Amino acid sequence: MSATAKKGAAKKDGANQPFIYRHYDQEKLRDALRKMYLIRQFEEGAEESYMRGLIHGTMHLSIGQEASAVGICLGLSDEDQITSTHRGHGHCIAKGADVSRMFAEFFGKTTGYCRGRGGSMHIADVSTGNLGANGIVGGGLPIAVGAALTAKKMKTGNVVVCFFGDGANNEGAFHEALNMAAIWKLPVIFVCENNGYGMSTSVARATAVPNIADRASAYAMPGVIVDGNVVSDVAEAMHDATERARNGEGPTLIECKTYRYRGHSKSDRNRYRTKEEIEEWMTERDPIEAFESQLMEFGVIDQNGIEEIRESVRKEIEAGIEFAKESPMPEVANLEKYVYTEQA
Amino acid sequence: MAVEVILPKVDMDMATGRISSWHVEEGATVKKGDLLFEIETDKAAMEIDSPAAGIVRNITGKEGVDIAVGEVVAWIYEEGEAVADAPASAPAEAVAEEPAKAEALAPVEAAAPVAPAAEVTASSAGVRASPLARRLAKEAGLDLAAISGSGPKGRIVKADVEAAAKDGGAKSAEAAPSAAPAAQPAMSDDQVMKLFEEGSYELIPHDSMRKTIARRLVEAKSTVPHFYLTLDCEIDALLALRKQLNEAAPKVKTEDGEKPAYKLSVNDMVIKAHAKALAMVPEANVSWTESAMVKHKHADVGVAVSIPGGLITPIIRRADEKTLSAISNEMKDLAARARSRKLKAEEYQGGNTAVSNLGMFGIKDFAAVINPPHATILAVGAGEQRPVVKDGEVKVATVMSVTLSTDHRAVDGALGAELLAAFKKVIENPMAMLV
Amino acid sequence: MDAQVETATRELSYAQAIQEAMAIAMERDERVFLMGEDIGVYGGAFQVTGDLVERFGTDRVMDTPISELGGAGVAVGAAVTGMRPIFEFQFSDFATLAMEQIVNQAAKMRYMLGGAVSVPVVMRFPAGSGTGAAAQHSQSLEAWLGHVPGLKVIQPATPHDAKGMLLAAIEDPDPVMIYEHKLLYKMKGEVPEGYYTVPIGKAEVRREGADLTIVATSIMVHKSLDAAKQLAEEGIDVEVIDLRTIRPMDRQTIIESVCKTSRLMCVYEGVKTLGVGAEISAMIAESEAFDYLDAPVVRLGGAETPIPYNPELEKATVPQVDGIVKAARDLVTGAR
Repeated sequence: MSATAKKGAAKKDGANQPFIYRHYDQEKLRDALRKMYLIRQFEEGAEESYMRGLIHGTMHLSIGQEASAVGICLGLSDEDQITSTHRGHGHCIAKGADVSRMFAEFFGKTTGYCRGRGGSMHIADVSTGNLGANGIVGGGLPIAVGAALTAKKMKTGNVVVCFFGDGANNEGAFHEALNMAAIWKLPVIFVCENNGYGMSTSVARATAVPNIADRASAYAMPGVIVDGNVVSDVAEAMHDATERARNGEGPTLIECKTYRYRGHSKSDRNRYRTKEEIEEWMTERDPIEAFESQLMEFGVIDQNGIEEIRESVRKEIEAGIEFAKESPMPEVANLEKYVYTEQA
Repeated sequence: MAVEVILPKVDMDMATGRISSWHVEEGATVKKGDLLFEIETDKAAMEIDSPAAGIVRNITGKEGVDIAVGEVVAWIYEEGEAVADAPASAPAEAVAEEPAKAEALAPVEAAAPVAPAAEVTASSAGVRASPLARRLAKEAGLDLAAISGSGPKGRIVKADVEAAAKDGGAKSAEAAPSAAPAAQPAMSDDQVMKLFEEGSYELIPHDSMRKTIARRLVEAKSTVPHFYLTLDCEIDALLALRKQLNEAAPKVKTEDGEKPAYKLSVNDMVIKAHAKALAMVPEANVSWTESAMVKHKHADVGVAVSIPGGLITPIIRRADEKTLSAISNEMKDLAARARSRKLKAEEYQGGNTAVSNLGMFGIKDFAAVINPPHATILAVGAGEQRPVVKDGEVKVATVMSVTLSTDHRAVDGALGAELLAAFKKVIENPMAMLV
Repeated sequence: MDAQVETATRELSYAQAIQEAMAIAMERDERVFLMGEDIGVYGGAFQVTGDLVERFGTDRVMDTPISELGGAGVAVGAAVTGMRPIFEFQFSDFATLAMEQIVNQAAKMRYMLGGAVSVPVVMRFPAGSGTGAAAQHSQSLEAWLGHVPGLKVIQPATPHDAKGMLLAAIEDPDPVMIYEHKLLYKMKGEVPEGYYTVPIGKAEVRREGADLTIVATSIMVHKSLDAAKQLAEEGIDVEVIDLRTIRPMDRQTIIESVCKTSRLMCVYEGVKTLGVGAEISAMIAESEAFDYLDAPVVRLGGAETPIPYNPELEKATVPQVDGIVKAARDLVTGAR
């Protein structure tokens, strides 16, 4: 039962403006743009620090996917929760995390969100409702359903967003989680960020149905396909799904079609896709450029305003990296701390 | 075949040693028994002779560094033997394999005759014994090799050790001293160093004597229950006798001209008096072991000698039987050689008791630490004129305070008091020393 | 005993004791709820939940689809967001389907997030052989989970402990895995009324003795006690320790006992190799108790085979009383 979200015919005024211009005030929209910059520049900063040897391990960059993260989280409060993926920096920032503490985590410092125990792949900010990125593909799906079960049992009125990638839709956990969310009508929204590749394997080669959203019909929930690079389209689908969830009508599956510019992780040689393909997404369909010009078109911001935001984000990123560099390393003596809850 | 030269174990509790100087050079021709090098052990310098005749090659033992006992320090090649025939590594491997081989062939055939240390470990390592039996045997100073096992495949179990202890057999050669548990320092080095300002000190590395003194004293103080008794002795009669004896000393001819045959010190007389007292109270002339009391038949008196960088306790054997002049001359010789670190191990190991005299520094009274396997040590203060009350009148006498430390496991308070009273009796009636 | 508030006791089966603990917990704390396959009107495969659904309703006694991985994950997600779920695996063997959520998520979430969350989930695993259910329904895989830092793994052996340790588990802020031997479910024992807890991480000396320490888990505690009774008639005085918790292990109780008896035997149903007994033996070898050992350490564990169907073969797969008696006798009399 998948359906393509209605694309608002863009008119400067009038009732058929795109959804977000009807639904959110201008300040909120400028903030959304700022968050997209913040995600992009955070990941570029992290990538550079990684190359300088300041960050070890690996990381999965979501550059190119910013509209999905920001569009989904636009209408959420800190009480609404998300579970995230190994490609989760954008989700974390979109949900409201402080980039300084994220950098600190990547640098392995005690001031990081996970006190240096998690790193990029487990980045989390519970205070803004982010229950954490996950190193296991599909690992977050049942957990999100459990969080939604809590919301229903405690009647909090909150919703839970479960981010996952196109790769996860072939995990058993995906099917078990969607089924349970549906039979119990839980307030959870499954958001598949389909960037075309599970590591190197394309969706076409790995998934029997053409769209991930097609899977929704097996679990009797709406499956919605949106252009994941268009903030307003993502936000509109998310708004409808949230309404449904809050009204006790159960889950929705949203598929955001998008693209990652960078490789799967830092070890990727990009052998499974062409330069032209990457080039085309970067030049023709960049989510930030598209959002900038739309905001200018609708008079929400001008070139100066954009420059101002970019500059302030640049400063925030610089300060964040500085904070991370100066923060203390964990003590080896505390190695076993946090394995169990410390008893009073 | 080339013969290896190892750093030998020459001292009871020696794990490492330092070569203080080589007396031969690479390529030198030596006869068997020629001096090769000198070792500075924990307590003394030791000369090591060549085990074979030939050419000295591959001198790997460097001067002034700690070398493990048993390590190869050089090779003696036969005349004309190619050096390549005996690479240093091959025989070294053979040595390393030795304990394992010994384990397989239960009775020990130590391959390296110059390494008695390897023999000792191999002998107990090859024995089948439960961990509990091993621990109990060690604590009782029993040699596992001498105990027969009743467990499967002859394994020695607890019951076998208990039976052996009852029989009083199977005494181990290296029993008591090594049984002492290692003491934990109260503060780590880092903790200590933090208390001092950087640059306000210089660090002087411990030499082996300092390390041995530290280890032995910690062992002694933490494993031996010390008990102390103090007494004042009047020594005017002793001083008078000493003067009389010294004046009567015959002259003998030496290289430096004519000299008196002896010159007694107060300390010589203290040694004699202490030995005599032990002979009078033989129950106090003992050593403690876990399995039995060792009752000595002679008084071998150690005498603490202060030397640069530490102290050492050479022993006057059978001091109870020796004349004052013999004790005096032996003491002079031992003290001189102690200062040049030329004492042999057997000259400072063992003994039944000891005397420590700090009177020459004016120390009035102090308590000394027992040097196991001794059960007592006598600390001697300065002889000084003090008022004493006799028959209701204050008189002046030369008084020397002495303190006896006893190992309470071996010498109880009353027994120690008896010994000290005997000492006082001899010291105050010094003519007794002459008969 | 270590119960906190013991009042009157009466005889209950192990299964009833667990059910009573869950009922008490649900009455005391509205965050507590049950999840599992066929735990509702069916009453659970071993009738442990029984008629709890009638008392507490389907919202709190939730039948799940046959989705062990998803179900375990839902329990983890609910726990991390403030609920106190108790998840029942129908057979402990089925937990292999849920290892991802147990091992990668429940055990590690607190650590990965630097202490920002805790995961107070309880999972129950009916385990063990003796029911003729063959290879895929009879395993004792508790050592798998005992290997994972972040989890606590318990094996109550009596109705009293089943209730008290389950109540302690529900209050524990960290994930607690409870291995329940299926043959124990019908075993009866004195169980105090009302609320009490038995601490996790504390072993219990079930019988004092001087000649040999047997450390046993779960049903093997009873078999070891039976064996100890027989051995007593031969003059062999056996101390039996009920381990109760395999992670975190109560090392001190075992060490003290071995220092006293100088002999150690481990008796457990899981496959002998790389199991709970290996951990106990190695722990003793590393401890001060080593110097008190007067005989080799002996392990009696499950055979190196899947659990067979044939009843005689099945019996031969795991330690039985006769085998414990013989091994203990050999050890004490010096035959091994």
